[in-house]
Amino acid sequence: MIREGFRSIKTHGLMSFATVTIIMACLIIMGSVALLSYNINFLIRDLEKQNEIVAFVDDENDDFSEEDRARTLEPILEAIPNVTDASFVSRREAMENYMQKYDKDLMEGIDETVFRHRFIIHIDNIEKLAETQSALENTPGIAKVRAHQDYADTFIKFRNIITAVAVVLMAILVFVSMFIMSNTIKLATFSRREEIAIMKMVGASNGFIRLPFVVEGLVLGIMGGGLGFLAQWGLYDLVTKSVAESLTGEFLNTVEFIRIAPAVLIIYLGIGIVIGAFGGVSAIRNYLKV
Amino acid sequence: MVRFDKVKLTYDNSGTLALDGVDLKVDEGEFVFLVGPSGSGKTSLMKLITGEVRADSGRVIVNDFDMMRIRRRKLPKMRRTLGVVFQDYRLIENMNVYDNVAFAMRVVGASNREIRRRVPYVLELVGLEGTEKRLPSELSGGEQQRVAIARALVNNPRMIVADEPTGNLDPVRSLELMLLFEKINEMGTTVLVVTHEKELVNAFAKRVITINDGHVISDGMDGYFSYEIQ
Repeated sequence: MIREGFRSIKTHGLMSFATVTIIMACLIIMGSVALLSYNINFLIRDLEKQNEIVAFVDDENDDFSEEDRARTLEPILEAIPNVTDASFVSRREAMENYMQKYDKDLMEGIDETVFRHRFIIHIDNIEKLAETQSALENTPGIAKVRAHQDYADTFIKFRNIITAVAVVLMAILVFVSMFIMSNTIKLATFSRREEIAIMKMVGASNGFIRLPFVVEGLVLGIMGGGLGFLAQWGLYDLVTKSVAESLTGEFLNTVEFIRIAPAVLIIYLGIGIVIGAFGGVSAIRNYLKV
Repeated sequence: MVRFDKVKLTYDNSGTLALDGVDLKVDEGEFVFLVGPSGSGKTSLMKLITGEVRADSGRVIVNDFDMMRIRRRKLPKMRRTLGVVFQDYRLIENMNVYDNVAFAMRVVGASNREIRRRVPYVLELVGLEGTEKRLPSELSGGEQQRVAIARALVNNPRMIVADEPTGNLDPVRSLELMLLFEKINEMGTTVLVVTHEKELVNAFAKRVITINDGHVISDGMDGYFSYEIQ
């Protein structure tokens, strides 16, 4: 019976080819939207991580006013949830940075004591910025924390819009794919309704009739998923390469396909198997009622 | 064996009364012609026998299966006791003669050994030895119908039910086919042939059941005289 399924793929070559192609096309369209949104998310997260928080050390607290003492705050700050790293900048370094950035003349007559020791802090999740900020502020030895909540809000908003657009697009595409798929399989089984009717007339059980269709659906689904994965890989590499060439690579950091390949492969095969088996069973349901 | 007691059948979607209080009995080993004009209820009667439709009331027994109470999953078992032949042959176009016949055995789970033994025997019985590798499209109408009969016979059914089997054949081929049915009947299989070909029916001295307007109007050995084709 399993052999029947394989034999049928060969016998109905054109229809099998159409089914595999459509599974592939649907997966690539959906996959491309998903990967695009994944990359945008990745990019935003990358930008988020570059967003810095500055925590100023309390000068008036004698325990931390000296540089050596101030440095001891580093592990304490890094232990705060959501903080990925805290790097110490002494008041001298801060002044030098300032002088590099702005006009040196402005700094005449001003000494480094105007500046405070500080930590440049990076965080993991920008959505928790407010919490992290207050945790930093409550740390003994920290006088003030400067964070750009407005930047954070913009990032979050942008990310939410991208996610929403991707979800809506995917939902539409899933619906369209299912529709095309079910029609393709219906068409494939319609041409074989005679065969099914004959099987019923000679006393085949529903299970016997269904099994080759399920096997066929599964094999076509796996083929569609596998080929879709390979095509997606090629397409992805092509697009990311041309993006990297046309724009400055530093600005646009894309995710390497090889890093997400196992997950994409599993998802594509999974979707292929589900669509194939479900399509195989549902398409012949009507013909089994006799 | 087929037995109908006061069988009534209405089609749900159109509300047409197809059979109205039909009583009939076909015993094991009989050869029976079922005749009647188009729309008389012949095909409905066939569908009740094969389990494609269920009667509204009355009793239908086919090869010891109570068709009014049979569960859907028991239908395949019942159908294995029948061999069905259709007017349009219903062969699978992309399978050769051998595979079309073997297919019916595979469906019921026969072993390859059994298939290799039984298929050539049945093909020889219907006079098709040597055509195993040919496709249905390479055969004449008469030959295609013989393949369909071989397929119906291959699982050794208790009864052959043929719905207008000669409808697409010329008179000589039709006669040959009826002689084949007679031969099959002589080997012990019950044969029920639905037809409206008067000459053919009258060429054989067999029992004829005539149906018209959903009623059995005659049943006997006196041929196809009781009604004229309208």
